[in-house]
Order: sequence, then structure tokens, then C-alpha cells
Amino acid sequence: MVFKEKKKLSIDWKLLKQAAIDSFIKLNPLKLYRSPVMFVVEIVAFLTTILFVLSLKNLNQDNPFFVGQITLWLWFTVLFGNFAESMAEGRGKAQANSLKQTKVETKAKLLKNLESNSYELVPATDLKKEDLVLVETGDIIPGDGEIIEGVALIDESAITGESAAVLKQSGGDKSSVTAGTSVISDSIKIKITSNPGESFLDQMISLVEGATRQKTPNELALNILLAGMTVIFLIATCTIEMFSIYAGQHISITILIALLVTLIPTTIGGLLSAIGIAGIDRLVQHNILAMSGKAVEAAGDVDTLLLDKTGTITFGNRMATEFIPVVGVSELELADTAQLSSLSDETPEGRSIVVLAKDRYELRERNMAQLNAKFIPFTAQTRMSGVDYENTEIRKGAFDAVIDYIREKTQNSSFEPPKDLGLAVEKISMSGGTPLVVSKNNKLLGVIHLKDIVKGGMRERFEELRRMGIRTIMITGDNPLTASAIAKEAGVDDFLANAKPQDKLNLIRNEQAKGKLLAMTGDGTNDAPALAQADVGVAMNSGTQAAKEAGNMIDLDSNPTKLIEVVAIGKQLLITRGALTTFSIANDVAKYFAIIPAMFSRTYPELQALNIMRLTTPESAILSAVIFNALIIIALLPISLKGVKYTPSGAAIILRRNLLIYGFGGIIVPFIGMKIIDFIVNFLHLA
Amino acid sequence: MTLSGIFQIIVYCIVLILLIKPLGLYMARVFNHEFTLLDPILCPLEKLFYKLCGISLKKEHDWIQYAQAMLVFNLIGVIVLYLILRLQNILPFNPDKFLAISPDLAFNIAVSFVSNTNWQSYTGENTISYFTEMLGFTVQNFLSAATGISLAVAFIRAFSREQTSTLGNFWVDVVRSTLWILLPLSFALSIVFIFEGVPQNLNSYVTARTIEGKVHTIPQGPIASRESIKEIGTNGGGFLNANSAHPYENPTPLTNLLQMLAIFLIGAALTNTFGRMVKDERQGWTLFVSMLALFLIGVLVTYFYEAHGNPLLKGLCIGGNMEGKEVRFGIVDSALYSIITTCASCGAVNSMHDSFLPLGGIFSLINIMLGEIIVGGVGSGFYGILLFAIMAVFIAGLMVGRTPEYLGKKIETKEMKMTVLAILILPLCVHCFSALACITTWGIQGPLNKGPHGFSEIIYAFSSASGNNGSAFAGINANTFFYNITTGLAMLIGRFLVIVPTMAVAGSLVRKKIIPSSSGTLPTTDLTFVILLILVILTVGGLVYFPALSLGPIVEHFLMINGKTF
Repeated sequence: MVFKEKKKLSIDWKLLKQAAIDSFIKLNPLKLYRSPVMFVVEIVAFLTTILFVLSLKNLNQDNPFFVGQITLWLWFTVLFGNFAESMAEGRGKAQANSLKQTKVETKAKLLKNLESNSYELVPATDLKKEDLVLVETGDIIPGDGEIIEGVALIDESAITGESAAVLKQSGGDKSSVTAGTSVISDSIKIKITSNPGESFLDQMISLVEGATRQKTPNELALNILLAGMTVIFLIATCTIEMFSIYAGQHISITILIALLVTLIPTTIGGLLSAIGIAGIDRLVQHNILAMSGKAVEAAGDVDTLLLDKTGTITFGNRMATEFIPVVGVSELELADTAQLSSLSDETPEGRSIVVLAKDRYELRERNMAQLNAKFIPFTAQTRMSGVDYENTEIRKGAFDAVIDYIREKTQNSSFEPPKDLGLAVEKISMSGGTPLVVSKNNKLLGVIHLKDIVKGGMRERFEELRRMGIRTIMITGDNPLTASAIAKEAGVDDFLANAKPQDKLNLIRNEQAKGKLLAMTGDGTNDAPALAQADVGVAMNSGTQAAKEAGNMIDLDSNPTKLIEVVAIGKQLLITRGALTTFSIANDVAKYFAIIPAMFSRTYPELQALNIMRLTTPESAILSAVIFNALIIIALLPISLKGVKYTPSGAAIILRRNLLIYGFGGIIVPFIGMKIIDFIVNFLHLA
Repeated sequence: MTLSGIFQIIVYCIVLILLIKPLGLYMARVFNHEFTLLDPILCPLEKLFYKLCGISLKKEHDWIQYAQAMLVFNLIGVIVLYLILRLQNILPFNPDKFLAISPDLAFNIAVSFVSNTNWQSYTGENTISYFTEMLGFTVQNFLSAATGISLAVAFIRAFSREQTSTLGNFWVDVVRSTLWILLPLSFALSIVFIFEGVPQNLNSYVTARTIEGKVHTIPQGPIASRESIKEIGTNGGGFLNANSAHPYENPTPLTNLLQMLAIFLIGAALTNTFGRMVKDERQGWTLFVSMLALFLIGVLVTYFYEAHGNPLLKGLCIGGNMEGKEVRFGIVDSALYSIITTCASCGAVNSMHDSFLPLGGIFSLINIMLGEIIVGGVGSGFYGILLFAIMAVFIAGLMVGRTPEYLGKKIETKEMKMTVLAILILPLCVHCFSALACITTWGIQGPLNKGPHGFSEIIYAFSSASGNNGSAFAGINANTFFYNITTGLAMLIGRFLVIVPTMAVAGSLVRKKIIPSSSGTLPTTDLTFVILLILVILTVGGLVYFPALSLGPIVEHFLMINGKTF
């Protein structure tokens, strides 16, 4: 799945301006030390600034024009890194600001107890757990809570961006409400379930702001690698001075610093946090809130997906797909009868029969009132529904229920259905479908094939997942026969039939014991334990509070298939980090070839043989390397924000491609880049 | 370069590859406590050892206990060897009446032999008694090699076991490495060496009067028995100063071939042992192929430059560069030997690396700098390349969009911390000590040559010591207080400071679950991974040395082309 970005990366001048300002604020060393690589760059930039001042006053032998330029580009390197981070944060911040606005302005109608109708107006920010509030038409819900009395239509667009209002009521799975949403009609009483600063809105604000962003496990590990490489190159650069003294020459500190900064992994160091923030932001754009960055990374590692059959793999309801008449009855007659019996049947199955009859036989709906027909609804006792009109009696229902009914009606206990009908029923059952037998005046006409319809494109998606190395398990309450038929049709790898909530939890535990990582979606309270147990639990926003608290992500669109996108975004985040790290390290090769010959141009002019780029002068060579090093951060910023292109396929293929692009590309690009910069530098007489 | 030269290199590789599987299987059985043919003889002996030392076979060590046991064992080794060296004048088997060794040299030698380095800043034949050779050096040649093998096996167990804290019992591993692997192999090899003419006696040196009437002392002694373990255990410290260039240590082409095979034998076979213990032999072969590729690059470049000869002597039509080489071995066997001994952390030499051309000698230096992970020292090379494999898996694992895992074990913050630390120590050690030598008078007095060649001698000395290789760019006077202490410290740091974080990685990995692999898992048994591993070794492990190499062999090469030599 190649992502369709909901928001295109367009140039937003206001955002750019804010990011530019922020990148200066972020120069504060107390904040910058979190990124070891950029912290080192800042320190040496400070050092060269001093050297520059000294050279201006002729206190050392450095050329102020040259040192000045190096100093400038070193500061740019730090600023560019900060800018990348600010850009990533900025996109979330705008959203957070509008959310904050809602929060501040909301007033709550605090109730003393459930019975009282008099309230006291307090700021929403003062609400505590267990407080009771009244929310009436037009009010904004002041805090996360549960409806304990009443029914209301709620507009959740502030949180989900979805304009259609949803109905919420006390009790059951639809009782939870979120701060920031508003009541469109009716009034409800709510028990607040979160303390100040802990509400969903607060979490969302801090998430999009990136304020509470903690480094994720892989990010920490990568930071250690980067810090380690920084230490190695720091020592290597310092010792060059001693080696050079042995060879009979001092090397100016500016040049050593230039070598250091170009060798340490500044590219990835500068972009690392931007990549992390952008990853979470990409989830937000897909209307998914991750409670932690760790969950996003875990999504990339998932190797088993648990998907509920109903609503995720199939449309919620069974639908008629075929009319199979018995011998001597035409398909048209069966369809006509079936349609008549279903005209007043408002169940989805009933509707689908009418639709199928219309689509396939162009049978138009008839007016039931004109026919003077009486609808017989389905009951658990009769297991049939039907219609009576004039002298006609139509019934449709389960095979044995209809047979029993006919036997009873005709007082003929030895009545046997036609052989072909029995066979057709059996065949439908075997294929996982539901047979619905139709009779007219005690005569069996045939059978309607009802089946679960697998959503379009699911097969392809599971195919993709398999290529990514992810196994899908379908969870269903159906019997194993039905389950296996649907599993086969949808192309999932495995299924769990007759599933009760406890079975789901056990399945997760068993798979985890085998070392697998699982992701699942859920919305009901009975899903909560499984959501908490799964490595990635995506709760539907329409679900209960318990489910939302148990999961580590919330899908604001309540679309269970989105789990697949979540996995892709998680992977993309890691890939982007890995690819840019590889690129950054690979860059060093070219930089050596630029700086080493320049560095020893006086002691060992013979080393010019290593100057394979034929950079013009030692100064321009060093300057080009430093400029390239700074500019590459900006050049790679769009990739870090958008993420490296990810098409689902096996690890071996992805590795080969990324190694080629970012590994070998990382070796070659700087050779070309520095040559071009060298040309410009000389053209402008900068060195 | 000649066809027969290339042919000799190919024959060497084929024989080596043929030996990997049988020895790999044998070692896997030894460490899994499965039946081997030697059990009837060795098991009673093993039990006797455990009884005498109070070792319980059942008690296993976690990584801290394992590392502690190893450190204590080696500390005792250093102290005992130091005392032997200091007291050798009053100890027996000293027919030539050698004096006690000075404290700084004794420290250097003791550390050198215990750390499997065998850096020798002394001249064997006129400094060391037979007692010291046999009970001091030979013993440590066995034990330091056994230590390396044990550590490698413990590291392998970190991958083959899951959700436990123990890595095996250090004492048991050392005893089994020595009795089952090192003793039988070196015994057999010693016998062959004696047949080929290597001396094995306790007689005092022979004095001969030459035709010109000069006095000539011919050293001898228990050479064959030390020669075999010198190669098998990648120790490299020769009985005689000229090491394997001396006809008494390496008399025939056959002994030369056997020595080259013996150096790589255990290190290469360990890759197969690893594959078998983690139940996927391809994992072992992948590591071996990566090693072989790096090895061949070194051999071919070295052979090319040496065979090409010194450009300044082109007009004389004398062919390749024979300076510092034995005529018996010629260019190809000298080039091959020099690369083998530096890929493995052996350090035995059959030619003088100092006399190689700049780019002919550069790979000896690079091999050591990379951490001797191309086959490497027995055991140490193996856990060294595993650290690089972990690093490669980490970088590549991210690139495929999953938390990196190697052999089903997740590589997380803690492992990265320790892996980076372990890989960091060697370059830090080499750079800091070399820098110190470059700016102090004591340091500058060491090298016998000037300019970049002198610099190469310094950086080679500290690379060799830190990497526990032990070979020298001979042109350095290392037996000074400064060099004895600094190289001694470098050897200690390079060996033991690397082992501790390495064992911490193992300790953390062994606790983890083995995650079953899927098509989303980074495959670690294909060509892509081989290329990746090589690139990571060269960039993460090697790039940092580029400035130092530029100031040494690289600039020397360009100066030589311009007619300037040192």
C-alpha cells in the first residue's frame, strides 16, 4: 500500500517562519545535549567562533575569511538540524493550538448529585474524577466520561474530523464521551472519568505537540551507535594532530574541527528526532492516536494480525447471493416469491434479498399495502419469517424449521422435501453459507444462498501482508465450517472459530509465548483484556472507555482495517531511520578523499593523489565538505518528514533496494555534491 | 603474480574449507557434551581435574560469573608467569644460564602471553630458559587459546539458548577446550614437525667454529612442542627471534603449509560449530564467506604489490620484492603467511613485514586494525565478528522496518550499548597510545626509520598489541621501559576490556526469547548479508583508521613513486 497522504507537503510560510525561529531557540545547550551528535557540533561551532574572533584580531595565523565561513556553516549545521525538528513539530502544533483553545473556553455544569437538576458553572479544567456534570444541547463536553443518564446525538468532528453525528447513550458499548466533542441534541448526565491533565484531549495535545515525546527503544539504541561513532571520530581527529606533529606539521584547529564535523554522523543526528515526530504525525494524519512512540515501533515489528471477521474482513451482515429453485420451479418464480416475503423484512438479510431480486431479475418492489399483505416477523421460536396475503402464505427460514412447519400445516408427518433441495442446502452449508428455504402455500420452491461477503480488496491486502512476513488470523464466533470457508475466500492464513473473548486472550498469550508480536483491534469492554495483552492494541474511538484505556492506539475513524496501515507506518518509520543512518555513514568515504589531501597539503603534497575529485584548492575542498555536510540535512528533510518510500515486500528485497539506494548512493552522492559545491565556491571566490 | 602463485593460494583455501566441517562438528560435540572418540581416554582425566579443583559440572555461570572466573584465571596466569620470568635464573632447565628478566619486560611478556598476543620485545634464544619456555610460555599458549575458545562458545550459547541466564561453566569449557581440542591437535602437529626436522630437546646450545674462524652459536631446545601450539592457538610467539622464518621453526614447504592451515584451523571451524549449535549451518557459512572475501582481498593486494616489486628498482630486472623474505618460501608464501597471521591474531611471521612495500604491507596493518575478525584469534576472532554481525543486523534491521534481530534474538538498547563499547575500545586504544608515542621523546626513539615508515612502525606496534596480534613491523626498538609498559597496557585493554562488554552482550541475549523468523525478518544467510557485513566491517570498523593509514603506508607509497624512501 503506497500511502495516499491526506495532507500534501505544501509550503506553509507561516510554519516555515515559526520553525526558523524555533531553530534558534533550540540552540540552548541544555536542550540540545539530548542529541549527542548535534551537541558536539554546537560545541565546536562555538570554538571556531572564538578562533574567528582571534583571527580577526590577528592573534593566530588563521585566515579570518576562511575560518569565518567554516564557523558560519557549522552554525548552519546545528540550525538545520533544529529546523528539521521544528518543522516536524510545527505540523502537530497548529492542531494542538486549536484543541487547546477548546479546552480553555469550556465551562462545565457541575451537579451535586444525580437527582439534582441545579448546577454550578465551573471551568472544565477544574473537573476531577467522579464529578457529575450536565451537558445540554449545544454544550461542549467538558471532560472524558461515561453517560450515566440520557441519550444524545454527539458531534465528534473536533476530535475525529468526521462530520456525521453519533448517537450515545447510557449503558452498553456506546456510553463513553470525549472532552471537546459537543452535544447536538438532548441532554445527558456524565460521570467524569479522568483527572485534570489526563483526559483524552490532553493526551492528544501533548502527543501532537511532541512535548512529552520520549525516545523510543530503537531510537535510543541508534543514539548509542551515533554517540559511539562520534567518540571514535573525536579521538581519531584529536590524534591526527599528534600524528601530524610526528610528520613535522601542526594542523590548524579549524581544519581538524571541519574534519570532525564532516565525519561524525551529523546527517542522521540532525534528522533523527524529526523522523520520529513525523512518524507519529503520519499516524495522526491517518486519524490514529498512538499513546506512545514505542507502540508505533512495535507496530513495525508485528508478525501476526488478529482481525475480527465481522466488520473487518466481511461486511457486517450476510447477504443473498443466489436463488436455487427445486426442479419444476423457475428461478424467476423463486426470486419473485422471495422478494415478496422480504419486502417488509427490515433485517439486512431481508434487504439483500430484495436487492438481489431487483439486480438479477429486475423485479421491482411492490407496495405491500396495496396487496393487503401481513408481515410475519422472524422469532427465535419459529425461526422463520414470511408474509400472508389473499390466500397466499409465503415462508422463508431455516431448512428444518420450514419442513417442520409444512409437516404441521399439512398434517403429513411423512412429508419429505425434494432430494435436490436437500442437496442444495447441504452444499450451501458446506461452503460456509446460510441456506434460507422458501415455501409458498406449503410447497417448497427452493433455497436462497446467504453468505458473508468478503470486502473487496481484502485478498490483495492479505497477500501484501504475507509478503511483509505478517500472518493474519481471523477471529469469528462462527462454527469452524463457516469460518474455514470465509478464511479461504478472504485469503487469511488462519482462523479461530467459535471464539469467545477468553479464547482471543489465550490465542494472544500462546502466540506471544512463541515469541510473536501481535496486533489487534477491538471496541467492546470484553475486548479490553486482549487489547491490553496484545503488543499493539488499536481501540476504536466508537468503543467503550475500557477498550480505549486498554489499547495503546486509538483509531478515531473506528475503521478496523486500518491496522494494516498502522503496521506500514511503523515499518516506514524504522526504515527511514535505518536508511538515513546508512546514508550518513556511507558519506564519510567521500569526505575523507576531500579533506585528507587538503589537510596535509603542506607536509605531504604527494597525498594530492587522493584528491580524486580534483577539488581546486585545499581551502575550497574543506569548505565544500563542510557545506555539503550542512546542506544534506536540509536536502534530506523532505524524506525524513514523508518517510522513505515503502512498498510491502519481503525483508530481503527491501534490504537490497535500500542498501543500493542509501548505501551505495551514500558513497557516490557526496563525491558529486562536493565537486559541484567546490565549483560554486571557486566561482564566487569564496576560497 | 604467477599462475602457480594463484594456484597455491587456491589450494590453501580448498584444504582449509575441507577441514572446517569435520572439526566444526567435533567441537560442537565436545561443547554439547556429546560422545566423541576421545571420550574413553579423556573423560576420566577430565573428572580427575574437576575433583581436584572442586568444580561441579552441573553448576553453570551467568555472564558475570563467567567473566569473573575468566578474569581470575588469567590474573593468576599473569602473576605465575611474571614470577617464573623474574626467578628463571634460579629455576631448573636453564642450561645456558640466562638471567632473570627485568620487571618492565617481565610485565610485558607475562601480559603478552596470557592475552594470547605473544608480542616479543626480547630475543628468545638469548633471554629465555627452557623452563620458562615450557612451563611458562607453552602453558599460557594453551590456556590463553582455551580462554578464547571458551568465550566464543559461551557467546554462541547466548544465541542457541533462550530465556535462561547461564552461558555454561567457564572451568568446564576451558578444560574441554584444552583436553579435547588443543592438546590432540598440537600433539599430532608436533610429531609431524619433529619428522620434518624441528628440534625437540633440552640440550644446551651448540657452539661451532666457522670456516672463517668465527664462533657461531646454534640455539636449540624444545621447539617442536611449542611450535605447534604457537599456530594452533594463534599465539605466534616464536621460540627463536626470527620466528617461522628460521629453519628450526619452519624447515620445509610442508611445515609452512601446515603452519598456515593450523593458524586458521580452529577459528574457521568455529563458524561451523556456531552454525551447528544454533541449528542452522548456513549462519556459520555466511560468516565464513564474509571472512574469506576479506581475506582474499588482502592476499591478492599484498601478493600483487610484492610480486610487482619495488618501482625504484625496475631497471634492475630483479622481479618481485624479496627484501626480508626467505628464499625458501618466496613471494607468494610470504604474502600469504603475512595476511593469514594478521587476519588471525597469530603474529607468527615467516618474513619481515617491515620490508614489505608500503601497499604490500598495508593489509597486514588493516587486518589487525579491523579487530582481527577475519577468522581471527581462536575464539576472540569469532566473538569479534559476531559483534560486527550484530552491528550489521542493527543497521540493516532498521532498513527493513523491524526491530533488528539476529538469529531470533532482538538487538536492543542494552546490546547496542555494549557492542558499540566493545568495538570502540580497539580504535581508541590504538589511536591514544600511538598519539602518545608520537609526541614523547621515549616514543619517538623507538622506530628505527624516519618519516611515514617510522610512523607505520609505531602504529603497527600499538595495533598489534591492542589487537593481541603480536607480530611487529620489526623495525622498532620495543624493549624500552616506555614501550614495554604502553604495549603491555594496550594488550591488557585490547583483550580484557573488550571481553567484558562482549560477555555483557551475551548475558543479555541469552535471556531473550528466540523469535521465529518470517519473510519480514532480515535474512542473515544470503549474499546481501555478506556484502552488508563486509561494508559494516570496513566502514564502522575501518574508516576511522583512514587518516592514520594516509600518514603511514599510503603517503609512503606516493613518496616512493616520487623516488623518496625511508
